[in-house]
Amino acid sequence: MKSRHKRFALIGFGLVAIGIAAALVLNAFRSNLVFFYTPTQVANHEAPTGTSFRIGGLVEQGSLKRAENSLDAHFFVTDTAKRMEVVYSGILPDLFKEGKGVVAQGKLGEDGIFRADTVLAKHDENYMPPEAAEALKQAGALNEKTGKTLVTPQSTKQ
Amino acid sequence: MIPELGHFALILALLLSVAQAGFALTGAAGGNSAFMTVGISAARGQFIFTGIAFLCLGYAFYANDFSVLYVASNSNSALPLQYRLSAVWGGHEGSMLLWTTTLALWTMAVTIFSRHLPEVFRARLIGTMGLISIGFLAFILFSSNPFDRLIPAALDGRDLNPLLQDPGMVYHPPVLYMGYVGFSVAFGFAIAALLGGELTQEWARWTRTWTTVAWMFLTVGIAFGSKWAYYELGWGGWWFWDAVENASFMPWLVGTALIHSLAVTEKRDAFKLWTVLLAILAFSLSLLGTFLVRSGVLTSVHAFATDPRRGLFILVFLGLVVGGALILFAIRAPRVGLGGKFGMVSRESFLLTNNVIMIAAAGVVMLGTLYPLFLDALGMGKISVGPPYFDTVFVPVMVPAIFLMGLAIFARWKNAELPALMLRLKWAFAISVVTALLLPFVMGKWTPLIALGLLMALWIVTTAMVNLSDRLKKREAGRLKSFIGLPRAYQGMIVAHLGVAVFIVGVTMVKGYEVEKDMRMSPGDTANVGGYDFHFDGIKEEPGPNYMAARGHFTITRNGSPVAVMEPEKRMYTVQSMPMTEAAISEGFTNDLYVSLGEPVGEQAWAVRIYIKPFVQWIWAGCMMMAAGGFLALLDPRYRRRNKKTMEEGAA
Repeated sequence: MKSRHKRFALIGFGLVAIGIAAALVLNAFRSNLVFFYTPTQVANHEAPTGTSFRIGGLVEQGSLKRAENSLDAHFFVTDTAKRMEVVYSGILPDLFKEGKGVVAQGKLGEDGIFRADTVLAKHDENYMPPEAAEALKQAGALNEKTGKTLVTPQSTKQ
Repeated sequence: MIPELGHFALILALLLSVAQAGFALTGAAGGNSAFMTVGISAARGQFIFTGIAFLCLGYAFYANDFSVLYVASNSNSALPLQYRLSAVWGGHEGSMLLWTTTLALWTMAVTIFSRHLPEVFRARLIGTMGLISIGFLAFILFSSNPFDRLIPAALDGRDLNPLLQDPGMVYHPPVLYMGYVGFSVAFGFAIAALLGGELTQEWARWTRTWTTVAWMFLTVGIAFGSKWAYYELGWGGWWFWDAVENASFMPWLVGTALIHSLAVTEKRDAFKLWTVLLAILAFSLSLLGTFLVRSGVLTSVHAFATDPRRGLFILVFLGLVVGGALILFAIRAPRVGLGGKFGMVSRESFLLTNNVIMIAAAGVVMLGTLYPLFLDALGMGKISVGPPYFDTVFVPVMVPAIFLMGLAIFARWKNAELPALMLRLKWAFAISVVTALLLPFVMGKWTPLIALGLLMALWIVTTAMVNLSDRLKKREAGRLKSFIGLPRAYQGMIVAHLGVAVFIVGVTMVKGYEVEKDMRMSPGDTANVGGYDFHFDGIKEEPGPNYMAARGHFTITRNGSPVAVMEPEKRMYTVQSMPMTEAAISEGFTNDLYVSLGEPVGEQAWAVRIYIKPFVQWIWAGCMMMAAGGFLALLDPRYRRRNKKTMEEGAA
């Protein structure tokens, strides 16, 4: 093989390698995107069952119930128009409170109950998670001022 | 009065930075020596006045001056002194001031330690840094003035976010900023090289020192942040692939590529354009990080509430800096030239490949970080890209890089023989593979990822050891003595690379063997987690300086013999009435025990989280070793040699 051919082969090899790598990255990217739905959208059956997604809204007043002998927590998330039942097993974040914003990630069961594996709450009294704010805004109930946020995942169950 | 002084000092600093950039750059363009000298003096003045402004703000916090809006929003008279002082960078305005002050500090250092550089090159470098100072000082003065008054004054402050009331707040931000902003020197160097149309090995050596220092700070800063998240957020994670973390990780990846590329430019006079491009890229990513964190587009502990004007300002500034630098690169690059040639199998080619992989890794991180923001900005819905994406993609990207890391230290410059290399390393490879395959069995759980992680770590260690013993064989003296006699730069490389191995061990072991358990516990209960017995003795109330704490008491035993007493807390910070979890961690060489309190559930019972984190300390130890490697390399005498020849060339 001449050196020119060698170089072509090398460039070809490089391009193929880059192509494969890019395909793998994009594939991983696509399959790990987590979409967001509001309780209203979930009520309208727009959300998928069986794949993980995020919901957001307010924890409904008086809806939080702890199980007697486990760490299971039941509560309703509302965007003021619709509400949905959420189950989470584990420790809730410090700033999880009834009447305050919350974001949960998990799967919707056949029974219409959302099984959360991650619950995020805000990081500061003054702010609301953007997804929660978005859900309220879509439901037309949001006061502009609470639109900004500081969230960090505080509770994850692996 | 003091805040007004600070404000005035900032205005003067802005004027001086205009003088710094203007005089230095026009002086360099026209060869006007007097102008260049004025530019450099202005840079020093700028440092003094920015420093004064910074001290004034610090004093306002010290004196609890709640007539300053920023102090009133971020401090409180009950806040302990060390947190009052670190509250200076606890909010948006102050952290921008810290950014600018750090930049001024770097500029000052450059003016002191660059005397041996050619005058024109030095002036361009300082002028470029001046341009960046102008941007940031203007930003502070016009949109984020920390000295704004609050009239009438508040009786007391709103307090610092309890999450930030931690020793981590004292050192994480300044160290991280030293790293971020330190890349501005490399950036200025790249611009100066492009403007002058040449890049000598001597300048590359000079820049390498500065870039290494910045990279060390960034490494340590990121490690501090990670450690802080680990103990403060209460759920034991050390890296969340949070956008803000990614914002600091991208410049780190590119910075790592840059210090390796600079090594080639210095030693072989090659990779010139690549080095210049990386220098531009590293600082651009630092700016991007600043934009992401400070513009309020992100949702995280680091993002303060901001108005959109600020984000826009930084975005425009970012566009100007990056765009301008890249246009300059496009126009002037041909004049700098590619530099020396090298064979297909050589240390250069290995380093280049690894450089490309680092950039690819940064690209992958960027995709996952920015894509959700783009969609959101375009109103196409809210999505999030979780840790699974980064985990799946990052590992395969880095594997070839780690493999080449082992090979590259054996490859000769210019041309190396691949068969000879493979022969030399066959034992290192065999030992690594066999150990990596068997070790997980011994530890009781075998997964491909654990084996792969161990293989990578072992490969780095074995190749480094073979390389080291090759070097030592050539010497007469005893092993230890000859190790000390080796060049510092070489020692630094070995230590830093071993640091990567230690880091990988930590990550692999934590990912593979951690045990996590959330449970409900009442006083008197005992939980067995990972072979340890956690006995919950009870909980009592303890007042703190500005919070009330419920402090749990746990006695940990293993097979009946005492291991540790742990006291996790649940705090309620009174001013913001915000609850906080303070985990109790018993650190160990091979195991961390981690207990944190959730919430009370029922009469006496509490939700309790218990983790066993094997080898987790190795993660940060590895980072510290990388930074220590950088430090060792800096001690190499060749960086301190003042080359007379360069000065003469510069004068000519």
